[in-house]
Amino acid sequence: MRRATNDPWQLRYLFIGTLFGFVLIFLVFPVVVILVEALRNGVGFYFSTLASSHSLNAIRLTLLVALAVVPLNTVFGVCAAWTVTHFKFRGKALLISLIEIPLWVSPVIGGLVFALIFGRQGWLGSWLDAHNIQIMFAYPGIVLGTAFVTFPFVARGLIPLMQAQGSMEEEAALTLGANGWQLFWRVTFPKIKWGILYGMILCNARAMGEFGAVSVLAGSVDSNMTMPLQVELYYQDLDQGLPRAFALASVLLVLAGITLAIKIGLEWRRLVLAVRSH
Amino acid sequence: MSAIASLPEADASVPVEIDPGPSAPILPNTGRRQRHILPGFRLTLGFTLFYLSAIVLLPLLALLLKTVTPTTDYPSIAKVVGHVIDVATDVRALDSYRLSFGIAFAAALLNGFFGFIAAWALTRYRFPGRKIVDALVDLPFAMPTAVAGLALTQVFSIHGGYIGQVLYAWFGWRIAYTSWGILIAMTFIGFPFVVRTLQPVMSDLAVEVEEAAACLGANRWQTFRRVILPAVRPALLTGVMLAFGRGVGEYGSVVFISTMIPYSTEITPQLIIIKLGEFDYVGAAGLGLVMLLMSFAIVATVNLVQYLAARRKGIA
Repeated sequence: MRRATNDPWQLRYLFIGTLFGFVLIFLVFPVVVILVEALRNGVGFYFSTLASSHSLNAIRLTLLVALAVVPLNTVFGVCAAWTVTHFKFRGKALLISLIEIPLWVSPVIGGLVFALIFGRQGWLGSWLDAHNIQIMFAYPGIVLGTAFVTFPFVARGLIPLMQAQGSMEEEAALTLGANGWQLFWRVTFPKIKWGILYGMILCNARAMGEFGAVSVLAGSVDSNMTMPLQVELYYQDLDQGLPRAFALASVLLVLAGITLAIKIGLEWRRLVLAVRSH
Repeated sequence: MSAIASLPEADASVPVEIDPGPSAPILPNTGRRQRHILPGFRLTLGFTLFYLSAIVLLPLLALLLKTVTPTTDYPSIAKVVGHVIDVATDVRALDSYRLSFGIAFAAALLNGFFGFIAAWALTRYRFPGRKIVDALVDLPFAMPTAVAGLALTQVFSIHGGYIGQVLYAWFGWRIAYTSWGILIAMTFIGFPFVVRTLQPVMSDLAVEVEEAAACLGANRWQTFRRVILPAVRPALLTGVMLAFGRGVGEYGSVVFISTMIPYSTEITPQLIIIKLGEFDYVGAAGLGLVMLLMSFAIVATVNLVQYLAARRKGIA
């Protein structure tokens, strides 16, 4: 029986067909292309590309950047979510808006602002030069730019989750004599641990894949090439650069796949509240 | 007094929520009424504000100040501001805005169209592979933009052997390394914003309202126009604006799929990087300021849309 709220079958097929067509061209094809092109010159070439010093350096640097950025932004995210969800204070809405700024701003701006501070003509440029401290075109700069871009991810995942959970259990623990530390680790943490993981996963994926901010702050120094930057460097190399670029890109694709699997798994099991948009 | 003595010290973290009032001034008084029951307010707010300032607010302030602070090249405020305006209104900059904003807007509209269809199909219809497709929608969030750019370039290049080759052979279209390539890249990265903003709203639509519309003699199209569309319009607008904002700032994927020819296929973020490379920090800051202002205009629009929607809902 056709119900009044059902769409005619022609429309249904048209919509589903359009959806599949769009997903095929824009999402499935790129994934397939990466895997095919990465292996175009054979498995031996693929692994020798990944084992080359350029690739290994890029992988190492990317891991080191994520290792610095993700914990920093996680601690921040937990603090921000705790403040915003458990207390009432003036300017709370403003604080939440300010936390979300990096989502709106171009990643290139995220690199630019630190270049304007730490670059040669930046605010601290001459002072840093005089003291021989290198921030721009070095690891600290890359970390700062990445931290800017991935800044809100953990906080954004935790705030709706903790808001939904409320403060009742924490208050109960308090009346039972728990101190702040016990309260967090024994009551709050078990409730939000999946939310923290969710935020960390998203933060990590973005940190490892960040291009715009990092390309401003890394310059063209060889040792500053993170994986995405090295992919571009390979891409510009006319001598077998393309399969090399795809080989390194395939590693990032695997990372994206793992991220997606964990994200979807947590959402489907309703361990977290899905962060809509962004 | 002994009961009082056994109370913990006047620590901000202690759960003294009883308002002493004028008749009971004996409780440890921290100066103002205790509003915070749970501990850690000062610590967490303090760290939040510190880290927010260090990573986001002060750097952005540094950009703003850079556009008005004299340097050795531009020794007076008038000269700095003059240079900022010169760079920001230069033909090359105007061309880059037209490209960045124009194509991001076109991509956002495309995403509005396809995103609506996708969200509708995913929430309303049951078909094999629905969950997989639903999961795949998030791919642009998880995939590094550089990887996406590289892959899309190959898919749409005339030499790639994929779609690009077919389009070139059949219609003579070139997609990669032209503005169309930028459109493809920006559509890719913006797609999930529209779908993920629409999905919750669409699944919350009450079927009863549609049934009522049908009972009152509306056909499916009228029900859609008069009942469904008004309900999802704010979410659709929000999603499109989010995709637009993301597209405007996009750089990583465009690097691969565009040739970045000045005045023709050069986007604003690329121009900023070129200015930095020329050590024209003031000019780069000026272009950054333009992009920031546009981003804030987009945010303001989204907030306005949501505010108006919430107000309408409140009245209805």
